[in-house]
Amino acid sequence: MTNIDAARLQMAYSLAFHMIFAALGVGMPLLMFIAEGFWLKTKERRYLSLAKTWAKATAVLFAIGAVSGTGLAFEMGLLWPEFMGFAGSTIGPAFTLEGYAFFMEAIFLGIYLYGWERVSPVAHWLSGLVVAIAGAASSLFVVATNAWMQNPLGVELLATAPEQIDVAAVLFGNQAWPIMAIHSTLACYVATGFAVAGVYAWGALKGRMDPLRQSALGIAVAVGTIASATMPVTGHASAVDVATRQPAKLAAMEAQFQTEKGAPLRIGGIPNVETEEVSFAIEIPYALSILAFSDPMAEVAGLDQFPRDQWPNVPLTHYAFQVMVGAGSAALVVAVWYWIRRVRGYQAVLRDRYLLWALLLTSPLGFVALQAGWIVTEIGRQPWIIYGVMRTADAVTPAKGIVTAMLGFVALYTFLGVVLVFLLQRIRHPEPEEVMRV
Amino acid sequence: MTQTWLGIDAAVAVAGVMLLALMAYAVFAGADFGGGVWDLFASGPRRDEQRLAIAKAIGPVWEANHVWLIFIIVILFSALPEAYRALSIVLFTPFHLVLVGIVLRGAAFVFRVHADVASLHWRTWAWVFGASSTITPILLGATAGAVSSGGIRVVDGQVSVDPLQAWFGPVSLLIGFLTLAVCAYLAAVFLTMETDGALREDFRQRALVAGGATAVLAAVLLPLIALQSPLLWEHLSLPQSVPFLAGGTLLAVLSFWAVWGRRYRAGRALAVAQVVILVGGFAMAQWPYVIYPDVTFYGALAPGPSVRFLLNSLPFGFALLIPSLLFLFAVFKREERY
Repeated sequence: MTNIDAARLQMAYSLAFHMIFAALGVGMPLLMFIAEGFWLKTKERRYLSLAKTWAKATAVLFAIGAVSGTGLAFEMGLLWPEFMGFAGSTIGPAFTLEGYAFFMEAIFLGIYLYGWERVSPVAHWLSGLVVAIAGAASSLFVVATNAWMQNPLGVELLATAPEQIDVAAVLFGNQAWPIMAIHSTLACYVATGFAVAGVYAWGALKGRMDPLRQSALGIAVAVGTIASATMPVTGHASAVDVATRQPAKLAAMEAQFQTEKGAPLRIGGIPNVETEEVSFAIEIPYALSILAFSDPMAEVAGLDQFPRDQWPNVPLTHYAFQVMVGAGSAALVVAVWYWIRRVRGYQAVLRDRYLLWALLLTSPLGFVALQAGWIVTEIGRQPWIIYGVMRTADAVTPAKGIVTAMLGFVALYTFLGVVLVFLLQRIRHPEPEEVMRV
Repeated sequence: MTQTWLGIDAAVAVAGVMLLALMAYAVFAGADFGGGVWDLFASGPRRDEQRLAIAKAIGPVWEANHVWLIFIIVILFSALPEAYRALSIVLFTPFHLVLVGIVLRGAAFVFRVHADVASLHWRTWAWVFGASSTITPILLGATAGAVSSGGIRVVDGQVSVDPLQAWFGPVSLLIGFLTLAVCAYLAAVFLTMETDGALREDFRQRALVAGGATAVLAAVLLPLIALQSPLLWEHLSLPQSVPFLAGGTLLAVLSFWAVWGRRYRAGRALAVAQVVILVGGFAMAQWPYVIYPDVTFYGALAPGPSVRFLLNSLPFGFALLIPSLLFLFAVFKREERY
């Protein structure tokens, strides 16, 4: 295995691992904040019990997110020193702001998790709010660095007259940033909402459906539904942005080998990079031209516009895109199904075992969509680490031992993931009669 | 041309901010690491009580304490990207090992948190927590030693290292063990303020052991540095650093004396001062070099805009963070009220 492959694998594995916990670190505080808000409003103890049990899980999840995030701050340099040496000062401001936000999140999470008996109920609830806001802010800030790698504003100045760069403008005035940041942050709520809902659907299937669990399911699905309902909008805006800014990525996402006017939208299909054909795809005529440029006859650039050595991995980008859209849409359909039953009350939800199974199967789909979306973003940018400017292969470290480091980190994170799943499934809600004593 | 920020030399400002963050990291995370050490070496009739006291003391604060390291790294690559690049290449292995330690330590701490202290589950993860808390500060100290010893050369962007002065060389490793001893001392002194009765005596005794170990290691290290690492010796004996190192040593002696006499509040204040001043001494010996002798703060400083953004953001960032941190510590130093 070459250094570059090992470094990319380690980065991908570390990011994918971190992303799960980072997303839960954004999403779980919102769920806890809502549950505790109901407790303050209604004084029904099940809501307090719910917030406390969620907090137990969040303590573990957040810690793993924090340490794997610390890992990434080092790994960016350890694996890609040439990139960081060149661009560290430009993306630094986003990490500085993310650092403040993360610091606030860690401080108030400490108060939230350990301070139930030490601060007033309202102060405790507001600590939860600070955690939720700081978590979302971290996510928005950190995506600014990635948006810059996709659309490196001011990069000519960085090479020639770096003292003239307006760093705030290139990071936060970057038009690629807001839509990416919003889309990927909302995806964290989708992932958390459906993941949590699935846990309670599983409980309901096994006969555990007391009022506490009904509220838990309701809150989780509500957050998942609201967030996922916005995803097609932000996702579409994101694709439109990619179409103009990174046509090679859009071509790979859609497996668009030839430039054409009135391009169809390809759903599924197997792209063949050698013959430059796509087999077994369902094509919706003109749909891609309409979606990307709001004009049925608009010309969509194909991969033929780019030299082969500037193509991303076309099948992987295409499949990941299909998986993202498919998983996100499936989750939204199940959410609608839930609300159709829910308007008739919780009993209607609990009686519909197909719905409970569907919620259980939907449980991982938010995370599948989140990971697939980032694969589209990152694999679709290749072979560039800074789009159009620096190749990933030119950024990698000359240090020896990358393969060992990669294997070690894959083993470490896999091991921690397995232990964590084992520990999380041991966290239980107190029985209903115990809830009264919480 | 020298960059300035509010009339201050920008390189000095960046170095000063990094130093403050390093001092905070050394005190807070140092005590956290030390807590893990005493968890690993918990012994005697009150072994479980010792472990519970440690877990209770660091539970709410350890994540916030470790954000200081992220801060240092972010400042390093924002303001001194060339230095970050060089260090990342040359310290590829020890930094990876540090990361394994940080990841395992945080994971182990939360993995055991809801288990019973006598269970096999708790003891297994307690061991992982203790072992990674012990190894990580050794590695961090050793990398600091390697950076200061003059063994890392950066010529025309090419990074190379002299194996005799590397992070695994005798001087660097001994600096690592000294770091560990100081962490253990800090933690034990802090824990005397978090406990009472026989448990407090346990931690007093541990503080005295760690203090003694610190003195022995320092006594062995100084002549070894003079012999094996003349460049580092030269820097440590500069007029700019000697007063700090002497002052830190004096504070260490005073702190030890206070703990000996069971004046724990004074012991804690002196221990914090000792670490802050010694880190300051290390920084003065290092100034103006990030990596001696090829990379200086002036040479590696990023062009104006990013440095200005970083420095300008600090008053706003810390206007939020300092009150929040004080609130965090205040909440957990008072009794349960609700």
